Amino acid sequence: MKTNAIKFAAAALLAGLAMSGTAFGQDYPTKPVTVVVPFSAGGPTDTVARLIAEVMSKDLGQQVVVQNVGGAGGTLGAGQVATAADDGYTLLLHHIGMSTAPSLYRSLPYDPQTDFATIGLITSVPMTLVARKDFEPDTLDELIAFVKANGEDITYAHAGIGSASQLCGMLFMEALGTQMTTVPYQGSGPAMTDIIGGQIDLLCDQTTNTTSQIQAGEVKAYAVTTPERLGNLPDLPTTAEAGLPGLQVGVWHGLYAPVGTTPEIIARLGSSLQAALADPTVIERFAELGTVPVSAAEATPAALTEMLTSQTAQWKGIIDAAGIYAE
Amino acid sequence: MDIIASLGLGFSVALDPINIFYCFIGVLLGTLVGVLPGIGPTATIAMLLPITFSLSPTAALIMLAGIYYGAQYGGSTTAILINLPGESSSAVTAIDGYQMARKGRAGAALATAALGSFFAGTVATLLLAFFAPPLARAALNFGAPEYFALIVLGLLVSIALAHGSLLKALGMIVLGLLLGMVGQDIYTGQPRFTFGVRELYSGLNFVSVAVGVFGVAEILRNLESEKGRDVMVKTVTGLWLSKADFRRIIAPVIRGTALGSLLGVLPGGGHILSSFASYSTEKRISKHPEEFGHGAIEGVAGPESANNAAAQTSFIPLLTLGIPAHPVMALMVGAFILQGITPGPNVINDQPALFWGIIASMWIGNVLLVLLNLPLIGLWVKMLSIPYRALFPAIVLFACIGCFSINQNVYDIYAIGFFGIVGYVLIRFGCEPAPLLLGFVLGPLLEEHLRRAMIISRGDPMIFLERPISATLLGLAVLAVVIAALPKFRKKRNEVFVEED
Repeated sequence: MKTNAIKFAAAALLAGLAMSGTAFGQDYPTKPVTVVVPFSAGGPTDTVARLIAEVMSKDLGQQVVVQNVGGAGGTLGAGQVATAADDGYTLLLHHIGMSTAPSLYRSLPYDPQTDFATIGLITSVPMTLVARKDFEPDTLDELIAFVKANGEDITYAHAGIGSASQLCGMLFMEALGTQMTTVPYQGSGPAMTDIIGGQIDLLCDQTTNTTSQIQAGEVKAYAVTTPERLGNLPDLPTTAEAGLPGLQVGVWHGLYAPVGTTPEIIARLGSSLQAALADPTVIERFAELGTVPVSAAEATPAALTEMLTSQTAQWKGIIDAAGIYAE
Repeated sequence: MDIIASLGLGFSVALDPINIFYCFIGVLLGTLVGVLPGIGPTATIAMLLPITFSLSPTAALIMLAGIYYGAQYGGSTTAILINLPGESSSAVTAIDGYQMARKGRAGAALATAALGSFFAGTVATLLLAFFAPPLARAALNFGAPEYFALIVLGLLVSIALAHGSLLKALGMIVLGLLLGMVGQDIYTGQPRFTFGVRELYSGLNFVSVAVGVFGVAEILRNLESEKGRDVMVKTVTGLWLSKADFRRIIAPVIRGTALGSLLGVLPGGGHILSSFASYSTEKRISKHPEEFGHGAIEGVAGPESANNAAAQTSFIPLLTLGIPAHPVMALMVGAFILQGITPGPNVINDQPALFWGIIASMWIGNVLLVLLNLPLIGLWVKMLSIPYRALFPAIVLFACIGCFSINQNVYDIYAIGFFGIVGYVLIRFGCEPAPLLLGFVLGPLLEEHLRRAMIISRGDPMIFLERPISATLLGLAVLAVVIAALPKFRKKRNEVFVEED
């Protein structure tokens, strides 16, 4: 009796060991996965991450924890993930800033293109060009003429160095060949406050921050910077329709792992990401943010790599020409 | 009539047992994180965001709001008991609150803080209900020049009131301003005083600096002589307020509430000024200013009321315009969005039950807080009888965990140690930490608004005089300096910041 019990226990133990050994690859993940968001909690990128993490947790069978590591324009959090263990338990969710950091920060301690394995694109949040509601021009055409005529008398608000609103402003001024007076703020919130309060003229910001203000008539909107109109702002023309096809910009978000993460783990995370992007709640919440999840074909390593490469080159040209850098 | 009906709707939502339950959870958590040094409402709300997914939007937002204003109640507890402020607002409470505790009046100080906060919370809730939209509109008249002028006034009123150690107070403010400059310049992106450390790009963490110069420095000072240690006063005389105390706190509570309510509405940093402004006011008009810094109960009553009123009214820009006034409100925006509600001017019309429910829940939350906190006073005061050798490692440990939890940045922990030593050295030189914190908190705001105003005016300083609000505020600032310089007032002038001899 006694020996049988011991034998049984030993066999069970061996079987357990054997199973855990063979199943090592497929078993990922066996502990919670951390997604680093290199910005503070509550912001648009953080919101995207939390919506995705909720569904990915169910799909992976392990909690996906969002960790905010803000600072230095997102380069601090990205830098941490670049040097993290490549075991698939530390990921990075970053936006367009991944492609602009090498141009803005001259002593970046990591290379966005070689220190990370791409998992997939997530979404591209459209941007809208808005002004204080008593600002003279009413259409994009009028705005263009007005900006060209008044140049630096016009104040353009943005959310700080490397922010999407700064990039959009750079692109807008490049497209017009005119300079405005740019006024940096600490984040989108204070910038929007001053637009609503009529303290400042123009702002180009993500729909996350502008849609409710546009709908309430608190700000004047000129155009959306995407190829197609937005579902919840059907009357707002696209920049191409309104006569400024050069102003195409979206805040694209991607999911990354440290370079060296095995293809099996990347594939597992990719399928989980695709499941999250097809989730009805995620689609619904994204719609309220004025955006849509990317297609399954874009939620892939190849699509994200391609986006990162082309955007890094594009922004290098624009940022170098504007002579803007953070250090 | 309309407002009455709306408030009725609000209370019907807020009095739903489920919502009362989450309101209670919120204020309880808020009190606890407020009491634990270092862990603030920002970290707590960020950590709880995923949990709120499973709740209804109303319950989730009521709970998160409860954490925020609950932390304002709890934050004063550690400031009073162990000289460890968790937020800029309770740094002011620590000045006289801690002195009261050392004199065995910790119970009275805590009761004052709780009662003052309750009164302020009630008034601010009514303000929110009746005047939120017009107040938010009025606040929008404040642009960069107005904020600059307001902060100049705030700083000058504080300096003008100091005497005796005026030079040291000024020196501390300047040191604070310099420390506030550490990090990436928001206008050019250039790193300043970072010595190549990327972890310092976001600047020094307020909590680390405050815990260092107040808490750790105090601990070091107490460790100087094993026998002469007087921090743990074993004999606590009376947990409750005397009749005389009540008479002394009524006016400061009302003034603090008024100041805090108004400043809290301003999204560009008004809430930070509220407790400093209240403290300066109380000391200025007090008949016995010499008591300030030595345990004046007005020095607890005024600032505590002001900071709670401001905490409450800082919801006004968020709820009526969708504008976050500070990082905690930015988190609330995130919470709204995660619940599928985009905060903005339409919330009041599209989601009346939610809007009025949150407002009504704030009053209920304040009732719960006062019911929760008054009985706890006895318990907190007992904490003072914990042996110091057990208490102080625990304090430092909690502070480190708390600071680290906000940004996962080890430099926030190094900063606690560094500023603990700095604070100790300053105490030995007879310099006080309060002006340093004032400079540290207001310096970056001063610079931000000054430079923004100058960018908008394209380099023309006349912008500060051409705009009526800013010109008025600057005029008041000049007046404050003139009054302070007049001989008649100089005799009465007193030391705002000097906490002890």
